[in-house]
Amino acid sequence: MKQLADNRAESSNGFEPKIVGFFCNWCTYLAADLAGTSRLHYAPNVRVVRVMCSGRVDPQFVLEAFAKGADGVLIGGCHPGDCHYQEGNYKALRRYVLLRRLLEQLGVEPGRFRLEWISASEGERLRAVINEMVEQVRALGPFRGFNRLPVKLAQLHGQKECSKEPASVETVEL
Amino acid sequence: MSERGQKLPSDVRVGVYVCHCGVNIAAVVDVRQVAQLARGLPGVVVARDYNYMCSDPGQELIRQDIRDYALNRIVVASCSPHLHEETFRHAAAAGGLNPYLVHMVNIREHVSWVHPDRERATEKACELVRAAVRRVVWHEPLEQARVSIHPDVLVVGGGIAGIHAALTLANAGKRVYLVERQPSIGGHMAMFDKTFPTLDCAACILTPKMSAVQAHPNITLWTLAEVTRVEGYVGNYEVEITRWPRYVREDLCSGCLKCIEACVYKDARFPDEFNLGLSKRKPIYLPFPQAVPQVPVIDPATCIQFKSGKCKKTCVEACGERGAIDLQAVPKVERVRVGSVILATGFQTFDPRRMPEYGYGIYPNVYTSLEVERLVNASGPTGGEIVLRDGRRPQSVGIIHCVGSRDRRHNPWCSRVCCMYSLKLAHLIRERTGAEVFNFYIDMRTPGKGFEEFYQRLLEEGVHFIRGRVAGVSDWALDPSEEGKLVLRVEDTLLGIVRRIPVDMVVLAVGLEPRSDAEELRRLFRVSCSAEGFFLERHPKLAPVSTFAEGVFVAGCCQGPKDIPDTVAQAGAAAAEALALIDRGSIEQEPNTAYVLADHCSACRTCVSLCPYSAISIVGGDGRPHAEINPALCKGCGTCVAACPSGSIRQHLFEDEQIVAEIEGILAGVAGG
Ligand SMILES: Cc1cc2nc3c(=O)[nH]c(=O)nc-3n(C[C@H](O)[C@H](O)[C@H](O)COP(=O)(O)OP(=O)(O)OC[C@H]3O[C@@H](n4cnc5c(N)ncnc54)[C@H](O)[C@@H]3O)c2cc1C
Ligand code: FES
Repeated sequence: MKQLADNRAESSNGFEPKIVGFFCNWCTYLAADLAGTSRLHYAPNVRVVRVMCSGRVDPQFVLEAFAKGADGVLIGGCHPGDCHYQEGNYKALRRYVLLRRLLEQLGVEPGRFRLEWISASEGERLRAVINEMVEQVRALGPFRGFNRLPVKLAQLHGQKECSKEPASVETVEL
Repeated sequence: MSERGQKLPSDVRVGVYVCHCGVNIAAVVDVRQVAQLARGLPGVVVARDYNYMCSDPGQELIRQDIRDYALNRIVVASCSPHLHEETFRHAAAAGGLNPYLVHMVNIREHVSWVHPDRERATEKACELVRAAVRRVVWHEPLEQARVSIHPDVLVVGGGIAGIHAALTLANAGKRVYLVERQPSIGGHMAMFDKTFPTLDCAACILTPKMSAVQAHPNITLWTLAEVTRVEGYVGNYEVEITRWPRYVREDLCSGCLKCIEACVYKDARFPDEFNLGLSKRKPIYLPFPQAVPQVPVIDPATCIQFKSGKCKKTCVEACGERGAIDLQAVPKVERVRVGSVILATGFQTFDPRRMPEYGYGIYPNVYTSLEVERLVNASGPTGGEIVLRDGRRPQSVGIIHCVGSRDRRHNPWCSRVCCMYSLKLAHLIRERTGAEVFNFYIDMRTPGKGFEEFYQRLLEEGVHFIRGRVAGVSDWALDPSEEGKLVLRVEDTLLGIVRRIPVDMVVLAVGLEPRSDAEELRRLFRVSCSAEGFFLERHPKLAPVSTFAEGVFVAGCCQGPKDIPDTVAQAGAAAAEALALIDRGSIEQEPNTAYVLADHCSACRTCVSLCPYSAISIVGGDGRPHAEINPALCKGCGTCVAACPSGSIRQHLFEDEQIVAEIEGILAGVAGG
């Protein structure tokens, strides 16, 4: 982990953030398709993983992305009330709030992790969100790894849906 | 490779296909380099780039390679899976491979069309392909689930679009529920006297269709009705329709209209909605002479009995033994099951009060085009005579095109019909009054069969055309010739001068926009809207009447401005799509359902309450209780999968291993793995 951080610090000149996007199939993924058909140009830093609904985004995926070297994670779902599956996006929101706090404790700055509602017609908004986030993460610099390691990710799994303080997750200082 | 301790399936043989899409991808992304990178990835046996992967030879390439190289996984890097996932799944199936062993990478919409920088676009494409190859390794053969299609159809909106769609389906022997909010079907077309460009009488072509709807044994028509709840999915929608009371029973009324005559109000007193307030009606009235159903309606907001309870109820008396008038009627809720839905809720016209410079609502002699449609209508408020509100006949008329349309401050789009209906109104006004008619246009748009010819005819009829956007309308006279007139100020862009044209009457060619309540309907049926608010079609060219909600189709102006011929064509297409669905009897469902690993499940019930479809239940009460998911009810959102504390719920096509592999593939360059 240390080594990775060092390697990347070296190359932080002209740093291009790498952001993993989890976009729901029915709104945000389509917004990205629309941005394409409308030829809206935006920063090429986001790599999209398509999921059926933002509710499918397991906190584990987000941790995994940061652990594997992502500089940011963007979850995109339908606007409240618009989820193709009624309320998957509310579940996503609930998890996002918890996960953001946990990530902060692990040394992930808030600007690196975002949840955005972008509907199928909002190609322009997709472009704006991506450009803005890329700039934000660029300013933060490369992600240098968790400052503490969530040793028992499996345990975290057990707490995803309860409202207990995520602070109780075991971590170790690196 | 995977954190979950799953073993990588052995003897994986991946074929990777990178599409040029002509120049759409290849002009930006270095497709050769992408294919070359793919060739070096673990598991990849063959990687090619090809001009058009979706073409027959492109698909044949896949089929042939499956045979030649014994491929068992396919990655196609081309356009959006929303466009061609089915195509490539079929190609794989034709080559003897399970279709779910295919994965698509979107390097067109998500890469070449949005990132002009060749190097960085290529880099992104490479990473996405690497991610897909890692993902597809974890794909498994899946069986397609099928759902049966209920043969009944719901049509929402009884304008010409809804009417045509309902009749087409009913004539094919299908049962149709047609739901219309107004007391009569007909929509906007029922308001017109003549239709462009042929000037055929709107009523003559519409009325027979309206009566046919009423008479058709396969159509259940509900007017004064609205959809209030929708549940279910393609093939099996459960819809709740609320029918507001008419207070006159359709089953008993003979349409004699004696009740209207007998109303205690001897004179019509209240603004008539159908005539846009240009005439008056009684509290009990027939919306217009050709209304279907031919049954009067009572407006509780103006009826004395509803307001004070102290009316002599002469209408009830006049109806006599028939007893059709039912002042106690209450809203009624109907529940129907249908397999598909056609949305045909039309448009509303732009409200010109939003442009006060044109004086609508300020000067009585400024009219909207829709009001003038009523004025020229033989069964309208003036019996087809064009007279101003003060009873005068106009000697000069100015028609302003594009009101609210092609205007950044309001609606940026062209409403498509305004030039043509303005020409129609110019012709009718000139024919009936002999007035001088001035058309103020920005560009004349006449793209349709016989449209340009109609324009030429108008030019020959002596109608004046002035090219320029009117700056304002006022009654300020600068010289005696302008006294008592409305003056239009306009820059004539062909002459290059500012002109003042005094007229007696101004007609505003208001544009078409989405209905203000389209949003509610959009939510009910879970369809999408385009940025301006019209319902969004699945694909503008290839699936123009389908939506992203399967089994829900769109027709007419709710999808975008269009004229009657296009509306009818689209309604026919929507009906045909619904028929195709019904006649197939069943459709394949994406097998992306969630399933439970019973041995790992502790029956904690976290998932049960999360599922919006009640697809999860706890079974095995006596022995080892565990959750079970009914695949027929599961829609594949994956919310329960992400929430399961023990990781014992999984999802086909979106397995944890697949997604994690994708993440790893994206980041492989960064982490050096
Ligand atoms: C001034 C003017 C003149 C025109 N002249 C011509 C012409 O000469 N020739 C020509 O080809 N075209 C003309 N057009 C265009 C024409 O009006 C449209 O093409 C046509 O009316 C579209 O039909 P539709 O069924 O899609 O929509 P509409 O006619 O708007 O019908 C929609 C129907 O759905 C109902 N509805 C709406 N919401 C709901 C709901 N939630 N639940 C239930 N019911 C609902 C409405 O009450 C209405 O009856 C003109 C348009 C205008 C504005
Ligand atoms: S489908 Fe988009 S958030 Fe649920």
